[in-house]
Amino acid sequence: MASTSLLLEIVRNMSKNIIENKELLTELDRAIGDSDHGINMAKGFSAVHEKLGEMEGKDWGYILKTIAMTLISTVGGASGPLYGTAFLRAAKVVEGKGKIDRKDVINMFHEAIEGIKMRGKSDQGDKTMLDALIPAFETLKSAYEEGEDSKIAFKRAEESALKGVEYTKTIIARKGRASYLGERSIGHQDPGATSSYILIKSINQVLEKN
Amino acid sequence: MIGLVIVSHSPKIAEGIVELCYEMVDEEIKIIPAGGTKDGRIGTDPIRIKEAIEKVYDEDGVGIIVDIGSSLMNAELAIELLEEKVRKKVIILDTPIVEGSISVAVQAYISNNMEDVLKAAEEARTTKKLQEQP
Repeated sequence: MASTSLLLEIVRNMSKNIIENKELLTELDRAIGDSDHGINMAKGFSAVHEKLGEMEGKDWGYILKTIAMTLISTVGGASGPLYGTAFLRAAKVVEGKGKIDRKDVINMFHEAIEGIKMRGKSDQGDKTMLDALIPAFETLKSAYEEGEDSKIAFKRAEESALKGVEYTKTIIARKGRASYLGERSIGHQDPGATSSYILIKSINQVLEKN
Repeated sequence: MIGLVIVSHSPKIAEGIVELCYEMVDEEIKIIPAGGTKDGRIGTDPIRIKEAIEKVYDEDGVGIIVDIGSSLMNAELAIELLEEKVRKKVIILDTPIVEGSISVAVQAYISNNMEDVLKAAEEARTTKKLQEQP
């Protein structure tokens, strides 16, 4: 069972890692997009970080919803509604819960991915955040089914997410500004998949410490 | 009377279009710009869009016109955040933002009928600026 204090630690780490990787994400987006991904994400997660105090002592649903609304209202680019929708869908799964179990984790992750698919009208292979998130989710799910604990499951999920990021270098962008580049987008790593990887890595780092 | 929300990444574009529309119609019809982010950057903001919809809301309906990229996503998200009663009356119009907004504003002003507005939006999408060359 995972408590909200663990969640808050994860959120704090997500904010830290996104802000630290602002330049990297911006550079990646400069190559194939409108070079605002790092700036937008850092803006969003700085605002999330500022709300950590307000989230203290609240339930999982409240915290995730606060993150969602904060990202939605501060990011500005496409990543705002996409990540915002993901957190909003996840929040619905755990509304009012003080602690969550593995089943909740799977359901939250699943709903978050479905939310991104719906909002972005996209799927795996389009060179988006889904190329990191879907393999990570599938790995996480099978690790749980094999009876592994969350530490191992998220470690593996992080590895799959990284592989997904690498995979985005080999494919053509079909969504967003990068899709205008067509074949010229091949060879470049997707900024959205990279930020998704950073978020999953952030979860893993906290679990490793606990 | 039908209300309109103009969503652009650029606040200046959204405001300029509203200004253009009011050259053609009077303020009986509510047209509100929702451009840029709340801190003045280029982008779109679902919360601002949602608030604009609520301001122009009328039982006759609300039309939203968007520009590029994530403006559509943010408009869809804004609609999801609305309360049921309002949400049912809101529609995103698939039309070029400048020409479409003007056509739609004029149509809404004339007939105040959402079906006509949809037709006007559609027509603005296919209207040619140059005559066919012989």
